Amino acid sequence: MNTSIILLLLLVLAAFSYFFGRKRALAVSNGNRGVNKLHSLPGYYGNLVVVWCLLPSLIALMLWSFFSPTFISQNVISSLPAEIQNADPTKVNLFMNRVESMAKAGAIDPTTDPAQQEAARRYMELQANSNLIKAVLVFAIAGLGMFWAFRKIAPNYRARNQVEKVIVGIMIFCASIAIVTTLGIILSVLFESLRFFQTIPLTEFLFGTHWSPQTAIRTDQVGGSGSFGAIPLFAGTLLISVIALAIAVPVGLMSAIYLSEYASKRVRAWVKPGLEILAGIPTVVYGFFAALTVAPFIRTIGESIGLTVASESALAAGLVMGVMIIPFMSSLSDDVINAVPQAMRDGSYGMGATRSETIKQVILPAALPGIVGAFLLAASRAIGETMIVVMAAGLSANLTANPLEAVTTVTVQIVTLLTGDQEFDSPKTLAAFALGLTLFVLTLILNIFALRIVRKYREQYE
Amino acid sequence: MSNKTELVRASLAKRYAREKRFRFWGLASIVLSLAFLAILLTTIFMQGLPAFTQTYMKLEVDLSAEALGVDANAPQDKLRAASYETVVMNALTTRFPGVTERKQKIALKKLVSSSAAYDLQAMVMADPKLIGTKQTVWVMADDDIDTYFKGNIDRNQPEADRRIKDFQLTWLDDLEAKGEVERRFNVTFFTSGDSREPEQAGILSALMGSFYTMLVTLLLSFPIGVAAAIYLEEFAPKNNPFVDFIEVNINNLAAVPSIVFGLLGLAVFIQFFGVPRSTALVGGLVLTLMTLPTIIIASRAALKAVPPSIRQAAYGMGASRVQTVFHHTLPLAMPGILTGTIIGMAQALGETAPLLMIGMVAFIVDIPQGITDPAAILPVQIYLWSDSPERAFTEKTSAAIIVLLFFLVIMNLLAVLLRKRFERRW
Repeated sequence: MNTSIILLLLLVLAAFSYFFGRKRALAVSNGNRGVNKLHSLPGYYGNLVVVWCLLPSLIALMLWSFFSPTFISQNVISSLPAEIQNADPTKVNLFMNRVESMAKAGAIDPTTDPAQQEAARRYMELQANSNLIKAVLVFAIAGLGMFWAFRKIAPNYRARNQVEKVIVGIMIFCASIAIVTTLGIILSVLFESLRFFQTIPLTEFLFGTHWSPQTAIRTDQVGGSGSFGAIPLFAGTLLISVIALAIAVPVGLMSAIYLSEYASKRVRAWVKPGLEILAGIPTVVYGFFAALTVAPFIRTIGESIGLTVASESALAAGLVMGVMIIPFMSSLSDDVINAVPQAMRDGSYGMGATRSETIKQVILPAALPGIVGAFLLAASRAIGETMIVVMAAGLSANLTANPLEAVTTVTVQIVTLLTGDQEFDSPKTLAAFALGLTLFVLTLILNIFALRIVRKYREQYE
Repeated sequence: MSNKTELVRASLAKRYAREKRFRFWGLASIVLSLAFLAILLTTIFMQGLPAFTQTYMKLEVDLSAEALGVDANAPQDKLRAASYETVVMNALTTRFPGVTERKQKIALKKLVSSSAAYDLQAMVMADPKLIGTKQTVWVMADDDIDTYFKGNIDRNQPEADRRIKDFQLTWLDDLEAKGEVERRFNVTFFTSGDSREPEQAGILSALMGSFYTMLVTLLLSFPIGVAAAIYLEEFAPKNNPFVDFIEVNINNLAAVPSIVFGLLGLAVFIQFFGVPRSTALVGGLVLTLMTLPTIIIASRAALKAVPPSIRQAAYGMGASRVQTVFHHTLPLAMPGILTGTIIGMAQALGETAPLLMIGMVAFIVDIPQGITDPAAILPVQIYLWSDSPERAFTEKTSAAIIVLLFFLVIMNLLAVLLRKRFERRW
């Protein structure tokens, strides 16, 4: 019996439990002192039975589904002939992969090695058993839970409080998913990175100036050759981000200033959604535009004034990324500028200052911490942006500060290392996780810093 | 005294000029951003709109039993394997007699798409009585021909640089003069999956993939996000370190680069939990984690906007906290929560980078039938097509972008409408 049928039957069972629980509550109360002597509404007794029916059985179902494949394959491995068991782990893995794919397909390929066929047969048999036990176990637990809750129903039983406790518990669980996610990110990138740093020393990764992961898969001698030096990637990321911020920060900030200080209500009502459209366009669209329209355009212009421009220049990617960040920068700055109290503007106007003087000498200094926060958030966006650089920036790791040349970035390398043919455990794929860790740590620091600055500033005027 | 006034007066012109300049820069930056938006959209639309039509070519095919190698009474599998390509080739050589040179013959064959033979196959298999008759059919032209008729190949270029050579041009001119080519609405684009042949490539598989992925994302992120928001806004104790820790995490997750979520999906969902790669299921799981912060933050704002008097009235009537939330606060906050959810889903729909990490870059021809089938999604399809060297894929890419933008516009309009319709000022 497969999992979806079990789930369906459980739901049917839950519907029945609600019905019986409710009926039981009514029956108990009528025999006694009437419905209004029940502690909770009858529906709560029904829900309580549902909770007892579903919650334990679903947990059991999840645990079983998660652990049974491991148990089964352990069992199959231990039943294998000794010479296969004692082979090196990658071979055993390969063997088991074939066995599992055969067992999943449900058809044993007679052309394969007899040991594999035997193992696949055993695997299928164990799996069938496991599925049967799973179904029996889950329904037994559901039935027991139902029975247990059913027995507890009495007029003075506080069913509502029990049900509400469960609801709040579920909500706490949902809220903690944020923590689990962060933990998952940290652990997943950290473990793989640690394995990477066992082969490539950390200092070499951080300070090496030569990056060419492609050559690394072939032999084991690579470790010392320095092909995992990430400095060119950091430099490329920095170059593109600087170009992007050089566009996004002034344009975004000036747009925000104009919108909040100069623009009439009608202009604002039209322009703000316009900028929001810019923010809503998927990055893959920006990437396509950068690669297909902006990059050739820059190339043509550059060549017409006698410059050599790479077809995947950092300038094109940075330019388009800058435009992508404009709305982000402008809406954040708009918020902080609007948070500056009107009294400060009025005071400045009263002293005879012009609008631009008020902005430059009163509003901007007052809003500066918020603007710095916005800048940091924009920077973290630029560093982590992927699709634009994947499509418009190059793959070759050049260490250069010339925006007309092609550079590569951290995110581009993560994508190229992890798409296409993958073998886990090779330094090549592990390097992607090390880069991911660097990216995560860097953006985390920027974000925490920015959020703290923004929050601190907000408190000042409230 | 008057000295100071004179000074101020003298500087006034300069100050006003500065004021004007400052104002100009503000206006200029807005114009710049909006101009970029206009250029972006115009370019995409100009490039993409032609992809919604496709050039068809008229062929007089002779479905004779000799050419096909089967007769009308042959069983299905024989019919399937009949040589429809010969029929197509025969039709082309009858249309353009006198082609003998090998290179020209190859070019002749490439006038029509390779799907022409499949069209004939489907036609004959549906009605075997057609064997032995002559039929007039309209078949798709090859992508180069299509590109030419859409005006994207300049015939004044030197022949060596052109995809279409001079002898082909004479054929095409002849076809055009006799009205044997036609541009029709490109149905294939909406009804088929990816293909190596640009004229046969469609977005249906990507659309279905996106649909299933969004379905998983919505079913997971909406209940979890709303439950988390309710807890944090209505139940969580104040100044509790655990609660503060949750909030810090949510705020940080909202700013973590999306590609890092892809790494998480690869390491945790695929390697650790063994969720099958490239499926809508694992894509939906990753996007759920990404959209959760957006939904939680929006839902909390919506809950916060419900005035305390509502809650107090409910408490006054003897409702419990849970009852108050589910019977009164949540329904009142629902429009705001839905708006936030739609915006979160729109972001998820356009997201590409994390899905590249979990193997959703595969070349998918088949239409996915469920959440555990390998699937491509629309933005990834755009990415894949944009990488293809054929000229014809450029317009397909733009067309796919138009479709994607269409869905995003619809979702955002829905959010705006919801806000307008149900927005309430307390």
